[in-house]
Amino acid sequence: MNAVTLLTSLVDGLLIGVVYGIAAMGLNLIWGVMRVINLAHGALIALGMFGVYLLFSVLGLNPYAALLLVALLGLLAGVVIYLVAIARVINAPHLSTLLATFAVNMIIIGLATAVFTTTPRDLGFSLGSIRAGPLTLLGTRLVAAAVTLLVTGLLYAFLYRTRAGKYIRAVSNNRSAAELMGIPSSRILALSFGIGTMLAAIAGGLIATFFSFTILSGSVYELKSFIISVLGGLGNPLGALVGGLILGVLEGVLPLAMPNTWVPVIEFLLFILILLIKPSGLLGGKQ
Amino acid sequence: MSNLLQVQGVTKHFGGLLALSQVTFDLPEGQILGLIGPNGAGKTTLFNIINGVYKPDEGRIFFRGQDVSGKKPYQLAKMGMARTHQVVRPLNELTVRENVMAGACFGHENQPLGRAASIAGEVLEFVGLAARAGQLASSLNVAQKKRLEMARALAARPYLLLLDEVLAGLNSSEIDGMVQTVLKIREQGVTILMIEHVMKAVMNVSDRIMVLDYGLQIAEGSPQEIAKNERVIEAYLGDPKLAERLMEEA
Amino acid sequence: MKHWLQPGFWFALLIVLGLGLWPVFTREASTREVGFTILLAMTMAVSLNIIMGYTGYVSFGHVVFYGLGGYVGMYLIGTWNASLPLAVLGGGAAAAILAFLLGKAILRLRGAYFALATIGVNEAVRTFISNFKPFGGPTGIELQFSVYKPYGGATQALWLTYYAVVGIAAFAVIFSYYLKTSKFGLGLMAIREDEDAAEVLGVATPNIKTLAFVFSALLPGMLGVLFFFKNGNVEPGDAFRLHFSIESLVMIMLGGQGTLLGPIIGALGYQRLRGALLTNNVMIGALPLKDFQLVIAGLLMLLIILFIPAGLVGWLRQRFPRSRRILV
Repeated sequence: MNAVTLLTSLVDGLLIGVVYGIAAMGLNLIWGVMRVINLAHGALIALGMFGVYLLFSVLGLNPYAALLLVALLGLLAGVVIYLVAIARVINAPHLSTLLATFAVNMIIIGLATAVFTTTPRDLGFSLGSIRAGPLTLLGTRLVAAAVTLLVTGLLYAFLYRTRAGKYIRAVSNNRSAAELMGIPSSRILALSFGIGTMLAAIAGGLIATFFSFTILSGSVYELKSFIISVLGGLGNPLGALVGGLILGVLEGVLPLAMPNTWVPVIEFLLFILILLIKPSGLLGGKQ
Repeated sequence: MSNLLQVQGVTKHFGGLLALSQVTFDLPEGQILGLIGPNGAGKTTLFNIINGVYKPDEGRIFFRGQDVSGKKPYQLAKMGMARTHQVVRPLNELTVRENVMAGACFGHENQPLGRAASIAGEVLEFVGLAARAGQLASSLNVAQKKRLEMARALAARPYLLLLDEVLAGLNSSEIDGMVQTVLKIREQGVTILMIEHVMKAVMNVSDRIMVLDYGLQIAEGSPQEIAKNERVIEAYLGDPKLAERLMEEA
Repeated sequence: MKHWLQPGFWFALLIVLGLGLWPVFTREASTREVGFTILLAMTMAVSLNIIMGYTGYVSFGHVVFYGLGGYVGMYLIGTWNASLPLAVLGGGAAAAILAFLLGKAILRLRGAYFALATIGVNEAVRTFISNFKPFGGPTGIELQFSVYKPYGGATQALWLTYYAVVGIAAFAVIFSYYLKTSKFGLGLMAIREDEDAAEVLGVATPNIKTLAFVFSALLPGMLGVLFFFKNGNVEPGDAFRLHFSIESLVMIMLGGQGTLLGPIIGALGYQRLRGALLTNNVMIGALPLKDFQLVIAGLLMLLIILFIPAGLVGWLRQRFPRSRRILV
């Protein structure tokens, strides 16, 4: 293993990690606003992947243009899911929303598997590569990173510069107080959920430009999102990005030191460890 | 009479906030000690520390002669300490009887189910909930839930009973009833430490009173002494004449 | 509280025994297989109910005990030529030990966090075993056919395994009832209702929870050995199928968590539904209905969460208080 390999893996990991970060942001947002852990997160990522794939291979649409459409659909899907499955149990014990999102996950994955089957799909899309010194960077990675940063910027602007964003922050701070102020919390919650799923769909679409995938790939990235959310802390999109970078780097660099098949073991152990150790953040001890 | 409870120099911070500072007092067996003070004075925090829910940053707690600082709530329960909560915490999906049995089963007497059931029956009679023994705890109203909370604590036959605002939310006749109950409990040999805001009641029930304000002990003494204490009046009671009248009305 | 004469207990036991012994009377292999699947599902649901319904800790990764127990048992048989009873006990013990260690670690977490941790644990164990050479790595453990000789050949072995499963299922019902009506069970339910209040009452919550977790792990561990012994081989993908745990969860929610009968009825209903789905030829558009198993399970679960969170048995008990003696 030489320095170039290491550096390449590192940079690659960073670029992929940024995309992981955006997925985690979606999860984080939903948790931060309404204390719901969205177990359908992976399903939405998978739908994002398939959305871009279909628009690209069937309609010939540029993946990044398709991404816009997929993002919109992700937003819509989230709003619908919230209103149908979650609104009714939002004030019930946490477990109810957990199981509700889980049921939604089962429904979506079940439907999608029936329709798409578990055959792997590949976008077969490439943007060539760029040479930067000793490194060769893939075009798709760079564009995805750029898209992610753009989306993050837009999200921040939305949350801190618009009225809707302010409402969202109010509701996540103290829902009953916000309601007393006249904020329509139900609509805000639906919107927030939609944004969360939109981010998941965008992440899925971007990942589709990297790797091949199946309908079941979403759950893999869902788990990564959990790890990242815990690493980065709740409510802070930047934290999710940083967490994503860390995980991306780990995934890029670890296979240089150990057989590929051990990397998931490390990831899952890390997941459990973080759950146990980090007292604050998305998932912690007594809360 | 020996000291059932000794609190020495207990101090507690929450982040930058000093919740309790050097709180020190003794509670002899068989006494009723009233704990009063404005909201946020640290009264429930003190309970939580005595009861093992929080660990004190400084100071020690002695219960029945043993150093129990830092012990967990269930360990204290097994030593004979019981408490009620300011906001009641019934075991909702269990029946009233089962709630009370839990007190007897897991308290220091460690009763088996059968014995616990008969104890529960007695205690429910005592607090006046016998008719509702088979109902789910969630179906009770607030006043009844408070009685349930008390019954659950009593079923453990504790040495020390910590009562956290048992009178809150009750109307005048309910308060009188509860006061009589507290006195009867003391007659059975239970030592009581009670947080209260209902002045009339706590002044008349307590043997001694301790006053907290912003985490500091500002006074300790008999109800009469407290009623005349200037610092207490300034911090909490408001009107010195009113305090006298409350004492006289007793 | 504990009446061995309480009709509900006998009702539950009768259902399980009736179901279990039916294939014994008909001596048909196909009925036996159906019975096997249903009893397996029931016992998994009943055991999960101990930590989930009684104690209030929802686990998504319950299958890890089944898988680990299965692997240990198969390893004992395949590599050490152990007898089936010994392997079954070994599997149960391994699962119990895992539960004990886990209990100390992850039972500190509450609610949703605990649920997620259980998924993490299952995946961690699965990926670890896929890399673990003594357990055959990604290809798993395969038994030689000669393994069935001491039991009188393969067919006899299959029947023996079945009797064992019936026994375990019956034991599960008895054990679950015993727990529910014991002082220990009262402690569990107090934890479920309000863990902090329970602690104040004197319930030694960390230890009690861990014990409940161990109890819930024991039977799946034993069942895993029996299933994979019958199967002849075990692979990481089969042993640690998250889907399997989730089905147990759905069964418990369907039937009614926290009751004795709930998981049993839920398992029965779900398996019947699944059977009907798998064997029918109905088409939805261009797709066979049988592909929609997961969708239907999800829909069921969602409807239950939204409208009848207490499940069938729970709902009946609320609606008809008289039924409480039978629907325990």
